[in-house]
Amino acid sequence: MSAQKRPLSPHLQIYSKQITSVMSILHRITGVILAVGSLGLLWVLVTLSLGEQTFSATQACLSSGLGRLALLAFSACLMYHFFNGIRHLFWDAGKGFAIPDVYRSGYTVIALTVLSTAGIWWLALQGGAA
Amino acid sequence: MSLRDPLATARGLGSAKTGFGHWWAQRVSAVVLALLTPFVVYCLARYGIADYAELKAQFANPLWSAALVLYVLALFWHARLGLQVVVEDYVHHGVFEIVLQVLIKIVFSFAAVAAVIAIVRLASGS
Repeated sequence: MSAQKRPLSPHLQIYSKQITSVMSILHRITGVILAVGSLGLLWVLVTLSLGEQTFSATQACLSSGLGRLALLAFSACLMYHFFNGIRHLFWDAGKGFAIPDVYRSGYTVIALTVLSTAGIWWLALQGGAA
Repeated sequence: MSLRDPLATARGLGSAKTGFGHWWAQRVSAVVLALLTPFVVYCLARYGIADYAELKAQFANPLWSAALVLYVLALFWHARLGLQVVVEDYVHHGVFEIVLQVLIKIVFSFAAVAAVIAIVRLASGS
């Protein structure tokens, strides 16, 4: 049986973007990225437990240009998902549903994401750790 | 006040059936992650990955290692529940969807076990 091509609602392509919908899908996208990236944390832990020689390869990989770019993207995704996740927990508790509150908390999450990601990298580069 | 029908409670299941358990597990793991993420991120940013000896020395503290075990368990649990919902929502291709769902379960169960073994190994100083 061939499926008929019926129009889907909502018509995402003609929807004007709103902070609410964009932040909602970003929560999912960063979640998927973090889920895949969590396997990177596993890789760090396993190679660390295997000894210095094995771990040096991990270090070389992560401190390369591409590795740092991945870490930067990962940390930004993590901070976004972290703060927006707390926003979701407040919603789950039934708080902050008024539209002005939703917008205010949304902009707060974006600001905190930028600030905390910058803070992480300031701390990392200070100690020469990255 | 509960919005659940008393009869549903008596029968043990609401209209969402096992869905509530999934939803609740996602929230409980989220709370654990929300509490521990600042600590893990701070440690990673502070000590980084540059110094093998210094990084390994952190595991000598049992509380630090225990917190990390709790963290990875909550992390992989949360990740698997989240990916499951994403696949349920966007992948509608019979066999592929089932294979993907099973694969997600296997990969993240394996990840959780492997991470715990690695941490225990590091904590015991071997």
